[in-house]
Amino acid sequence: MNNKFWIVFLHTYVTKLKSKSFFISTIITAFIVFGISQLDRIIEAFSDGGEKTIGVIDETNGWYESLQAQLQSNKEIKLVRHNKSEEQAKKLVQTEQWYAYIVLHIQHGKPKVTYYAKNIADSDVTHEIEQALQHVKIAMMAKQIGLTYDQINALYAPIAMEKVALEEHAKTEEQLNQARAIVYVLLFAMYMFVLMYGSMIMMEVATEKSSRIMEILISSISPIQQLFGKILGIALLSLTQFVIIFSVGYASMKNSDMLRQLLGMNELPLSLMIYGIVFFLLGYLLYAMLFAVLGSIVSRVEEVQQMAGPVTMLVVAAFIMAMFGLNAPESSFITAMSFVPFFAPMIMFLRIGMLHVPTWEIAFSIVLLVGTIAFLFVFGSKIYRGGVLMYNQASSWKDLKRAWQLTKK
Amino acid sequence: MGLVLQHVTKQFGSFTAVDDVTLSISEQGMFGFLGANGAGKTTTFRMILGLLEPTKGEITWKGERITYKHSHLIGYLPEERGLYPKLKVKEQLIYLGRLRGLHKEEIVKEMRYWLERFKIPQYENQKVEQLSKGNQQKIQFIAAVLHHPQLLILDEPFSGLDPVNVEMLKEAVIDLQRKGTTIVFSSHRMEHVEQLCEHICIMHKGKPIVHGSIKELKRSFGKKNVIIHGELPFETLTDIPGVLKVEKMVEGVRLQVADESVSQRILAHIYAKGFIRTFSLEEPSLNDIFIEKVGATYEQ
Repeated sequence: MNNKFWIVFLHTYVTKLKSKSFFISTIITAFIVFGISQLDRIIEAFSDGGEKTIGVIDETNGWYESLQAQLQSNKEIKLVRHNKSEEQAKKLVQTEQWYAYIVLHIQHGKPKVTYYAKNIADSDVTHEIEQALQHVKIAMMAKQIGLTYDQINALYAPIAMEKVALEEHAKTEEQLNQARAIVYVLLFAMYMFVLMYGSMIMMEVATEKSSRIMEILISSISPIQQLFGKILGIALLSLTQFVIIFSVGYASMKNSDMLRQLLGMNELPLSLMIYGIVFFLLGYLLYAMLFAVLGSIVSRVEEVQQMAGPVTMLVVAAFIMAMFGLNAPESSFITAMSFVPFFAPMIMFLRIGMLHVPTWEIAFSIVLLVGTIAFLFVFGSKIYRGGVLMYNQASSWKDLKRAWQLTKK
Repeated sequence: MGLVLQHVTKQFGSFTAVDDVTLSISEQGMFGFLGANGAGKTTTFRMILGLLEPTKGEITWKGERITYKHSHLIGYLPEERGLYPKLKVKEQLIYLGRLRGLHKEEIVKEMRYWLERFKIPQYENQKVEQLSKGNQQKIQFIAAVLHHPQLLILDEPFSGLDPVNVEMLKEAVIDLQRKGTTIVFSSHRMEHVEQLCEHICIMHKGKPIVHGSIKELKRSFGKKNVIIHGELPFETLTDIPGVLKVEKMVEGVRLQVADESVSQRILAHIYAKGFIRTFSLEEPSLNDIFIEKVGATYEQ
């Protein structure tokens, strides 16, 4: 009997693995991951690299020189003093000889600046200029009041604050940043994979049903074995894709300083990875069951999206909570949600990544999750058994009940 | 004993789909289920296969209840035709055959034999969606018989096929029966059932109205048909006692009579009244029995 489970399992895995859609989606995702890991280089490669000339019409006394001095180290911006009319400056910008021009003047004793450019979408340049002007202003004002340079420095010196966690296992600041990045990446992967492969299962079931092959299948193998073979076959497929994409990401990140620093790849905590895989698989199983059961009561493939809606919303809700939880992992809301089976795979994993969670809490959450999966499996497979024999014009949630009745005596 | 159904009833909520069916189908026999849509044929088949649990009663094959342990002994062609549209014929049959407990080599051997027999060997490596409906049906039939089942259940095997393919499939079915397969099938075409089966069961609204051997049924039915072709005043025939029904045909009439002896009275009545080209006394058709028992015209 177990033999048949393996036949379905391998058939599902191999057929999907050979399919064009798997090939294409893997290539595209791997490419995107590679792209993101190389983002800094790509941006560098695309930037024009040349200096941006900015004209300055100075109606104050001495601001231009100070601003010039401030921006000397900036290689992107080159300032040019403009003594002619503003009309001419406008023309220079419009003919693209200048990138932009600014007008500096004093209004009621305070400096006022206007920035003119063809468009003001590039916030980098304005930001730089604004910062430089701020420094100039402080220096000017300080001079007026009569502060010395040292006094100014003393005024603006940042406070050195070091955060020290007293709890024994609490994570250090640096560890937290690393953990946040890793958790974020894994949460996102979980979200993507659960949605992608969950709906793949639902499509698969609905297609088998609508192509009416289901009745042949379940006359030779019990629907429960068939369902499990399919869910695990696709789970293996998702892991295959995950490993491929992860390897591509890891390999390309080795050469990227930005992401390596961000993720602290040098010392990836192994336990976190293991928890990640455990919660990923459990979350996948939970949602795969839900999707499969819904797929079984759909009569036509076109109805899949409509029926999938509520379950998809659950996944999205879990993800949104997780995003909130990344910044407030200790909040009681997040703690409570980490025990709700539909959210636990993401939220409990997040807490494990960000905090020191007592083992019993983790165990309790996993037990609840496994219990729910087992419960869904028993009830879901009954509905599945009935659902695959049912053909209606339009599917609705009422069909769940009808499918349930069909398997009764 | 082959397939035995004892007081089998299936209810869906308050609706009774199959109502107290008791039948026994002998091994190596060919048994036909007749009935309009919704008569309960498919539900009965699904219960035989174990896809549905009977509300009451029991179904056994050679004394044992049918479970998935027996699936390599049973072949099934469902009413709702379907295959994986994107899979090639060969891949498809290998998958379905392996689920019935066969090895790949045996499947390929069997598949080639059947494809050859159905004159479609060129489709071995084509995707199912590229095949015509009739050819898809042949593939599905192959999937049902690949593993040499002892019990073969065919739900409307001939529907949607052209006459040439119907003949081809009929021959295959007869062949399988000769080789010892027990075959249960349903059809909405009376002539198919009449040609193939020794035993039948007519279902109506979940109830088995009649069942037994066709010969027996026809004999006990009593009524016969008289066919007359010729130029005669047919209008007066209704007055003869024992004539139950007169049906006008192109060349003459078809009469239903209460028993054989009435035919002789008819013959005497029409004698020398005109030119008689044909006069024959015939057994009732299954259709006559069906109409009589179900009380309605059968939906063709």
